[in-house]
Order: sequence, then C-alpha cells, then structure tokens
Amino acid sequence: MRYLSLTDADRRAMLDAIGVASVDDLYRDVPAAARLARPLDLPQGLGELEVERAFAALAAKNLPAGVAPSFLGCGAYRHHIPAAVDYLVQRGEFLTSYTPYQPEIAQGTLRALFEYQTQVALITGMEVANASLYDGATATAEAVMMANRLTRRRRAIVAGSLHPHYAETVATYARFNGFEVVALPPDPAGKDDPAALIDGATSCVVVQNPGFFGGLRDHGALADTCHRAGALLVVAVGEAVSLGLVVPPGAMGADIVAGEGQSLGNAVGFGGPHLGFFATRDKYVRQMPGRLAGQTVDVEGRRGFVLTLAAREQHIRREKATSNICTNSGLCALAFTIHLALLGEAGFTRLAALNHAKAVRLAERLERVPSVVLASETFFNEFSLRLPRAAAPVVDALARRGILGGVPASRFWPERPELADLLIVAATEMTTEAEMDRFAAALAEALR
Amino acid sequence: MSIVRYTKDHEWVRVDGDEAVVGVTDYAQTQLGDVVYVELPEIGRRIDKGTEAGVVESVKAASEVYAPLSGEVTSVNDALAKDPALVNTDPMGGGWFFKLRVAKASELDTLLDEAAYKKLVEGLA
Amino acid sequence: MSDWSKALSGFAREPGAGADNRGLEIEELLLFEQDEAGRSGVDLPAPPVVKDRLGSLRRVGAIGLPGLSEPQVIRHFTRLSQKNYGIDTGLYPLGSCTMKHNPRLNEKLARLPGFADLHPMQPAATVAGALELIDMLAHWLKTMTGLPAVAMTPAAGAHGELCGMMCITAALEARGERRKRVLVPESAHGTNPATAATCGYAVDPVPANPRGRVDLAALKAKLGPDVAAIMLTNPNTCGLFEDETLAIAEAVHAAGAYFYLDGANFNALMGRVRPGDLGIDCMHINLHKTFSTPHGGGGPGSGPVVLASSLAPYAPLPWLVHGEDGLRLVEHRAGEASQSIGRIKGYHGQFGMFVRALAFAMSHGADGLHQASGDAVLNANYVLARVKDVMSASFPGFAMHEALFDDRFLDGTGVTTLDFVKALIDEGFHPMTMYFPLIVHGALLVEPTENESKAGLDRFIAVLRHLAARAKAGEAEFFHSSPHLAPRRRLDETNAARHPVLRWRPERQAAE
Repeated sequence: MRYLSLTDADRRAMLDAIGVASVDDLYRDVPAAARLARPLDLPQGLGELEVERAFAALAAKNLPAGVAPSFLGCGAYRHHIPAAVDYLVQRGEFLTSYTPYQPEIAQGTLRALFEYQTQVALITGMEVANASLYDGATATAEAVMMANRLTRRRRAIVAGSLHPHYAETVATYARFNGFEVVALPPDPAGKDDPAALIDGATSCVVVQNPGFFGGLRDHGALADTCHRAGALLVVAVGEAVSLGLVVPPGAMGADIVAGEGQSLGNAVGFGGPHLGFFATRDKYVRQMPGRLAGQTVDVEGRRGFVLTLAAREQHIRREKATSNICTNSGLCALAFTIHLALLGEAGFTRLAALNHAKAVRLAERLERVPSVVLASETFFNEFSLRLPRAAAPVVDALARRGILGGVPASRFWPERPELADLLIVAATEMTTEAEMDRFAAALAEALR
Repeated sequence: MSIVRYTKDHEWVRVDGDEAVVGVTDYAQTQLGDVVYVELPEIGRRIDKGTEAGVVESVKAASEVYAPLSGEVTSVNDALAKDPALVNTDPMGGGWFFKLRVAKASELDTLLDEAAYKKLVEGLA
Repeated sequence: MSDWSKALSGFAREPGAGADNRGLEIEELLLFEQDEAGRSGVDLPAPPVVKDRLGSLRRVGAIGLPGLSEPQVIRHFTRLSQKNYGIDTGLYPLGSCTMKHNPRLNEKLARLPGFADLHPMQPAATVAGALELIDMLAHWLKTMTGLPAVAMTPAAGAHGELCGMMCITAALEARGERRKRVLVPESAHGTNPATAATCGYAVDPVPANPRGRVDLAALKAKLGPDVAAIMLTNPNTCGLFEDETLAIAEAVHAAGAYFYLDGANFNALMGRVRPGDLGIDCMHINLHKTFSTPHGGGGPGSGPVVLASSLAPYAPLPWLVHGEDGLRLVEHRAGEASQSIGRIKGYHGQFGMFVRALAFAMSHGADGLHQASGDAVLNANYVLARVKDVMSASFPGFAMHEALFDDRFLDGTGVTTLDFVKALIDEGFHPMTMYFPLIVHGALLVEPTENESKAGLDRFIAVLRHLAARAKAGEAEFFHSSPHLAPRRRLDETNAARHPVLRWRPERQAAE
C-alpha cells in the first residue's frame, strides 16, 4: 500500500521491541466476539491509475456547469476562481496542518484567519467576525441561538426571504435546542412584514439580503423596530459577492450577520464543503460561536497571532460552551481570503458590478420571452421569473437541451402550488452574452 | 464589624450589616492562572445561594462563580472589565466581583470560617 | 503604515537593523499594510452599461479592502505558509486528531470539473455520477462499521454528534418519552458534553476506573429512566479499548437508552472491528481523520453518522434512496422520510470530502485498510514500548492507535507538559496533544498514525528520550524558554484575551 512506510522487516523488528508475536496480540482488549474474523466484504486496494479511471467514469456521468451553460444560484454561485487561489490552498503547510493550537508553528494559518476575520468584518460592515462556521445554513442557526443567549428570549421570527435550507436548519435546531420559530411563508414579492410579529418574547428576526428569490430590501427600519423591542436583527447573506455593490447588513443596523462565503474562492462542488461566515458587534463577541484569531506579541516583542477567547469553546467550556463546533471550514476560509486579497477593493467592487450587469442583461432577455414575467423588482445577480406553467418540467426540458436553466421553486416547496410556476435564475461574471441568448431562445422554445 | 466566610467552591464573602461583598479566593486565582475576563451579574438581579452568579475566565479555563448567599445584586466591580488582573493581584480587595443585599443572614452559618477554609485548601494541595 | 507595525515588523526595518528575516523565514506585513489604492490581482472587464436594478441599495463609500497585485499575493501567502507546520513537513503526532497523510490524488479527483462544477440544485438526471459516488461511499462506511444506514450530511464530527443526538431524541419522542440526562465519560472530547447541551440535555459525567476505562459500576448506578444516551469514544481518549463495551451496551439498552459512539478514533478499528458488533446505535465518522481528507488548518471536515435500524427513520434530509429509476434524492419530510429530523445544513453534505474519502477507501481496499489500522496501532505501541522507561505511561498494557503519558516523569524537574512539548518544536516535530484527556495530570497523547516509517519513529523516540533526560538533568530554564527556533517564540495569550484585537483596523481608527 503506497501510503504505508513500514516494511515487513520493520514490522517484525517493532513487534519484537514491543514483545508480541503479531499485531493481533495488540488488540487483546477487544472482546473476541467483536473481532472481525474475516476480511471486509469490500474490494482490494487499487493503484492511483485505477482509482483515477473509476472517478473519471463517475464524473463523466454528470453534466457540470462549463459543459452546459449554468444559471443556477440559490445560495451556491459559480464564479471564476483565479489559478493562484487553488495553488496556494494546496501548499502542504496550509492543506495538511491542524487547527492552530501550537501558535509558534502555526503563524501562517493564524495570520490568514486574522486577515479573513478582518475582510469579513469589512464587507459585512460589522465590527468583528469569527474564523468561520460550516456553511450559511448552520451559521444562521448559530446566529439565532446566539441571539437567544444575548436576549434571554427563545422565539425567533424567520422572514420569507430566508433560504429554505437555512430556515429548515434553524427549525431543526429549534426543535432540539428548545426554542420557538415563527416562520413566515416564502416571499417571492419581497413584501412580507416580520416587524408586525415582534413581541416581548422575540429574541431576533432573521432576514436574508439579497433575498432568496433575488430581491433587495432595506432592513434599516426593521432593525430599529427590533431594537426598540429588545430583539436583535440577524441578516443572512447567501451571495457574498453582493457585498461589493449592495448596502451591507452592518449599515442597515444588523446585530449578527450569518452568511455563505462559497462564492469567493470555493467551487460550488455539489453543495460542499462551503463556509459559513459570521460577524457581529464588538459588545457581543463573548457570546459568539466558533474560533477567533487574535493579535498579540511573543516573548521577543514580535507581533504574532493566537487563538483567543477560547473559554467560549467546547474544549474548555464543555456543556457550557457557546457552540459545540470544533472543526470549521478553515481551508475554505483561506481560499476566500486569497480570492478577496487578489480582488482587492477595485476588483471586488468591479466583480460585483459585473455580476449585477450580467444579471440585468439576462433579465432584459428573459423578460422578452412571451408569457414570462420578472417577479423581482430589484435584484443583485439573481431574480425570479413567473412562467406560464410549472417550472420544474421546463427546467428538465432545458437540461435535455444542454442548459442548466435555473432552479424551480418547487424543488424547495413541492407542497406549495402558488410557487409551482416560479423559476429562480442567476448570472455571474462567468455568464456570456451568447449563453444568455441560448437560454432565452431555449426557454421560449420550451414554453411554446 | 464585618464577617468573612468562604465556600467550598472558593468564593469569599465579607458581610457588613445586610451588605455582602463577594469575590474568589487567592487559592482560586492561583488555580485559574492569569484571569482574562470576568462576567458579572446584572444589578438588581435576585440570586439564590449556590446558583451561578458569574463566570471567571483565564486563557485555558473558565469557572462559574456561585452566590455564597441569597440576595439582590446591588453593585458590581466595573474595574474588572478594564483590569481583570485585579483578581490575581488583589483577590480579597480590589478584585471583588459584586455586592449583595443579604436576604437570609442565617445562611452565613452554613459557610466556612477562615480556619475551616484553610484546612480545606491544605487538603487539596 | 503605523510606527507600531514598523516597530514590530522586521520587514519594515532598515536593512541590517534587525535580524528578523532568518534565511527562508521571512517576515511579512499584513495584507492591509501592503495596500495601494487601485491595484488589483485580478483583471476584470468593465461591466456593460445597464440601468441598475438595485433600487436605492447601492453601497456607498469605500469598503477598505487592500489592493495587491498577483505576485504580491502569491508571495504573501507563500511566506505565511512557511510559518506553518503540516503533515507534509514532518511527524504530527497529535493524539485524537489522526494527522495522517493526505494523498494528492484525492485533491486532484475532487477538482475534476465533473464534480467541482456541479451545482447542488441541478436536475437529478444531470448528477447521476455524483449520487452514485455518495452511494458508493455510504456502502463502504456501512460495511466497515456493520450498521445498516448512514446519514451523509453532517459537516464535521461535532455536527455528526448533533445529528446522532437529534436522531436519538426523535426516537425517544416517538416512544412518547422526553429524557433529561446524557452520560458522558470524564475523558470525553469537549464536543460530547457541548453537543448534549445543545440538544437540551443535562450532562452527567461518568468517572473512569483505575484502568482508564469507563467505571461500569458507576455507569450502571447513573443509568435510569431519564437517561437518553451515553456518548462514548472507543478506543477512548486514553488510547485504550473500552473492553467492557458489550456490557455497557447491554446496560444502556436495558435502561431504554441509546449508545452513541464517538468515532474519532475509528482509525484503530478499520477492517478489524465493526462498531455495529459492539452493540452501538450510532456513530459519527470523521472523514478528515480516518479517511484522510485534509484538516486544512481547522477544516472543512465531514462527519457521516452510521445508524442502527432503530434510528435510521430519523436521519436528516436529504436521503439517497434506491428507486426504480436508480438513485433518487429525497429532499422533503414526506413518504419514507416522514419521520426525518429534517435538514441540519444546506444541500447534500460535504460532497468534496466524499470524493476524497472514497478515493482513500478504494486506494486502500479491504486489505489496505486492515494493514493501515494495524500499522497505526503498531506505531503507537512501538513508541510506547521505547519510551515508557523514561516517560510515564498513564495506564499499563497495550495502547490502540495512540499512547497516553502524564507528567509524573517531570515531577520535581520544574518542567511542565507545556514546556516539554515546546522543546519538541525546536527538534522539528509537531507536539503531541497536550493536557487532554483531562483525567490524567499534564497529559501527552501521542498518535503517530500508520504513515510513519520506523526510521522516522526512531528519531522521534530518540528526541523524546533526550528531552526527558535533559528535563531530569535540571535544565528547566532551557524548557521554559522553548521554542527558540520557531517562527515565533512563546506568545502572550493572556494579553490576547485581556485586550482582544480580532481584526486589523486602519491606524487613524485604531488610535481613536
């Protein structure tokens, strides 16, 4: 086996040094009844070439974006990842290191996390950010639990703009953590009014911007209403690139921002691994979940970085920790940081503007398809369309024509007939004018 | 005249009339190491004896601070927010945590006096 | 740039004025301190001119991101990487973390466009290969553990624990029960009690016996009608097999509770012991440990949970089921999945990690997995056998895949566990896990993994013996000041926590 370094002669010598006849003797504490007496009923090991062929065959059974024009979003966006990103994250010192618990030999990871935290705070307009959580959905659930702790209340209001996977994850956590969720129905029009539901038991209101259906809203007034009632405003962000062009949650008065950072540096990858970013106000930092890198000095007075405020975390606080999270999305956060470092202020704002412009161009084309109505008045790089009939079969028909033509809302809400004709469509800087033309023509044809 | 008593969880309480000052002992601060943060109760909160009233954190540990006596929190030591090291340098003085208006003076009898506490700590060494 | 950063950063000093750059060890400013407005490492076309649809929500003012060119960014992160120790650098014997070799084949495969460019919400007909891959990995996991079902979505080990405890809670609720306590051994990972608490349970610690295993009598005394589950790691965090595990399972089940196995240490068991044969009800598998997906400086992980048939109906969404037309994703709580606990994260799990883990499994095969677990256990016992006369092994007998020492061998030397591991850094090794598990004093937990060569272990053993001798020879001062040669000496963690600086701020703002 190519990953094992011991030779049979080594094994013999080591067993002699230990004073046993065989490796099986080292397993003597395992009850005989529980020891597997035969080999596993699984194939024998394969060489690198054979494994590669097997995976290439599996990959060939998929139709990825790039082969087909793709207009899918809904919280996972295919952006161009500069070659430098993937090169740097695969440097072994980053790729094969553990959580930086020995700071003297983990300054690379710690500094990168400090830079990541700063970037997240800047783009969200917040004061402080953690070193990442699993994904946007779990980050949102953690945000609600943090709001519950801060307010000592246990009722969250979830607006109809929130990604349904995020909302469902919040609901699952609520059932077992023991808090209440008041969920508004999905809101393609972007007009629901969570403020009307706020009462003295409300810990937080959760909204998403841009909304799941694409629409933009100013949540400033909602933030004021929350704060007057002693509740917090949690703003989820499903598309990190939007923060280069759209008013950030921090400027709207958000108390906690939970989002999905995949768009920067990370592939859509069939849904994971992605990364959850998480930001808040300085005054709430001790109730934050997850790791934090902080700046300090070493004994020679040189600037250095460490994991800090660890007394919040499970390895110290155990059942009183702010979260059970241990492993987070470190390498995905590094990819995010490198991509954003390459972009810089000029590149990030231009990338966001480019995404918006592409989406506007796409909307202009699709609006002209007979019987198709644009359902989003405002949007960033994603919007909803009302089709003259059920959207799911149309998407399947488009796929047969080699076009990945958006996500039908019925994929998320099969039980809601009022959403059956709704199609959610995204464009990014990857989308070409020719692809837009092809999509518009194919959609017109599929609807004929 | 004030009376000083201790708990098995290493809090001290100094009672003067119906006012009690609470902190953690020198032994507790030694065990914790450098204190980096103290979470204090809200003023006005009524706390029962033995229930959690705060948290004291060092870099690698965190301990709950329990109320030695029942009562209402009348003030907290704001100086600890800026300088948590006071818990290490002056645990029985400037490193105090909060003050209580004592609800049941009789609870004082259930606490350890200095000799008993000293014996407890010696037993732990 | 601030005077402060000039003072602290060797890179900003006059040439010759400071010795902070040591050969390949080059000091580096933060990204934010290298900013030149307008510079970018990405060339993007000008956006087409359109009438915007932002409403009134256009962002105003600068964000504050620094501008760097591509070569500057490459140099920046290359220099940062050179301040990190990785498995690729050398022995990384971090107990309970299983820092094994990360094959580059697996990285290559995860990046195939047929996987990496697949959107999670594509029509099912366009992702058949991806579903087949998940199903294949599920088959390996079920076969290796001897359990009939697996929930693939959890994002990491702790998330898997949460998934398992939610399924257990749901199963109890289906019986009309709401139990209050979860038993957790004192030697457990902190995630176990944190998970139980997240699920609303009171955590009841179970003491260890003098042999480093769960005290069965104490466990039985704590069992009762309000106990929902025990969360047990096996092999445990002392590196020992819980030899009374069958009796534990029997007692737990007799009390109507469930047996959650923390699979963090499954690496010792691959191909040799199926946890299903130990009478457990569910277990998470850290793909980033046992199946070698990279730790990446703290993640991402992946934590599939294998489930007994009693818990399978509650598995989180989505489910992958075999239907008449092949594999199908069940994404909603209906039909066969009507009892599911629902979603615990977005989409379908850490698919990129599934690619890597399956490549690991297929590369090894049944034969290679058996050899790998054996070599992991052999390596740990070899280290134990060769140093136990100079270091203090916490428990007698053989270890499994990791060997636990405590600090008795340092008694009277003035050297602590922390000092000892910092001295290892100067010798070119990553320290072992320290101060965990909590049930022994000054723990040092050594997990060499199956990848190490005998020659590499011999050098590590020689260094451990040398350092133990130096500690006993009264060289405490040397240890207190270690490490001397690392990119940074010991860092002031007290200051970091007392006065948290968690992000860079522009000088003007910072001064306010």
